[in-house]
Amino acid sequence: MSKLDFDVPAKGGFSFDLCKRNDMLMKKGVQPPSYRKTGTTIVGLIFQDGVILGADTRATEGPIVCDKNCEKIHYMAPNIYCCGAGTAADTEAVTDMVSSQLQLHRYHTGRESRVITALTLLKSHLFNYQGYVQAALVLGGVDVTGPHLHTIYPHGSTDTLPFATMGSGSLAAMAVFESKYHEGLTRDEGIKLVTEAICSGIFNDLGSGSNVDVCVITKGHKEYLRNHLLPNPRSYVSAKGFSFSKKTEVLLTKVTPLKEKVEIIQAGEAMEE
Amino acid sequence: MSIFEYNGSALVAMVGKNCFAIASDRRLGVQLQTIATDFQKIYQIHDRLFLGLSGLGTDAQTLYQRLVFRHKLYQLREERDMKPETFASLVSALLYEKRFGPYFCQPVIAGLGDEDKPFICTMDSIGAKELAKDFVVAGTASESLYGACESMFKPDMEPEELFETVSQALLSSVDRDCLSGWGGHVYVVTPTEVKERILKGRMD
Repeated sequence: MSKLDFDVPAKGGFSFDLCKRNDMLMKKGVQPPSYRKTGTTIVGLIFQDGVILGADTRATEGPIVCDKNCEKIHYMAPNIYCCGAGTAADTEAVTDMVSSQLQLHRYHTGRESRVITALTLLKSHLFNYQGYVQAALVLGGVDVTGPHLHTIYPHGSTDTLPFATMGSGSLAAMAVFESKYHEGLTRDEGIKLVTEAICSGIFNDLGSGSNVDVCVITKGHKEYLRNHLLPNPRSYVSAKGFSFSKKTEVLLTKVTPLKEKVEIIQAGEAMEE
Repeated sequence: MSIFEYNGSALVAMVGKNCFAIASDRRLGVQLQTIATDFQKIYQIHDRLFLGLSGLGTDAQTLYQRLVFRHKLYQLREERDMKPETFASLVSALLYEKRFGPYFCQPVIAGLGDEDKPFICTMDSIGAKELAKDFVVAGTASESLYGACESMFKPDMEPEELFETVSQALLSSVDRDCLSGWGGHVYVVTPTEVKERILKGRMD
């Protein structure tokens, strides 16, 4: 029976079964694989009514762009969103996990989630793994205590700021923020500034590119503007498309018809006493 | 040498109009020596869901067996097949569990979801999902495949045209990769049937 326990869904957390084998392979000269990163430019700023988050949409695998339109602004709670930079699997997994924990907490307390709760959950998880979970996050939201914006580094340290940038394009975006940010921005000014900062990252940083995603969070309301700006359209597509003159040579064809889905309509009959 | 270049593989999945196609090469090698020319890389999980696994052959087979086990348990408990989106989350969770000692595999998942809407997705070896609306690629030939698919893809293709496009993209990309090739294996799935075809390619 103990052999069966091994394969049954585990209680959660990481499993280190294959570490010994992978170590042995590395000693034999085999290079470990490169993971999908989100090169990235992610930004956040606080404006007069709440928080605006922005992100680019390029995901890279080494020097190749593997996803031209990925989503980097992750949902945490109805009033809290989080942008993620670093290893894509880590940012997705950590934000998903904390999002579920926040949901359970909401059920337990019966109250709206607070940004500081998400912050503490994230930083304690990342610190626990001493930076091996490579997720650099910009967390923003509006709760009962007001609008909040935080940055979280892979080792677990955090900063609370009025405007923040992270990722490989953070210097390009920060340059825009430092020159144009001021307190009391209106919604439109804020969106314009965030878009400008992300565009600066897209055009100047090689690890960021494609489109701009924006998320505006105010008290009791949020707006997720997916692909708010598309500064890199595919304008070179030929109208007539590709046509193949020589057909592919096929050696063998096997056709399997799929089962028709049968619908059972119960003819209700009154039950007899 | 990278661990992904030990066995060699090429996988591509593309979306058409209410249908999808998933294709792989057929070579199994040990570095530069070819030891099999009919190696299966695409597995059928249920009627309308296919899984392709590229990368290290042994990890691909182990991962496939684990996933079939989990899916069968799911079928027993829920009395229905898994939706492609759910299956993708399952694969992602299984891979992320091994974050610090990963399986050296890159899966490509393709299936027909609710209302016969095609779903394709790929992941890196630790489970970072990439949901695409047009095509996904994986394997040693992935760089060529990206280029070929990017230029040959058109939205809303009918099954026959989709088959032609996927085959041409696959064969032209594996021709430029030493570690994959020896023909192709293409599945084109529509709501009513699954057409499996074996392609003739360069045997080098």
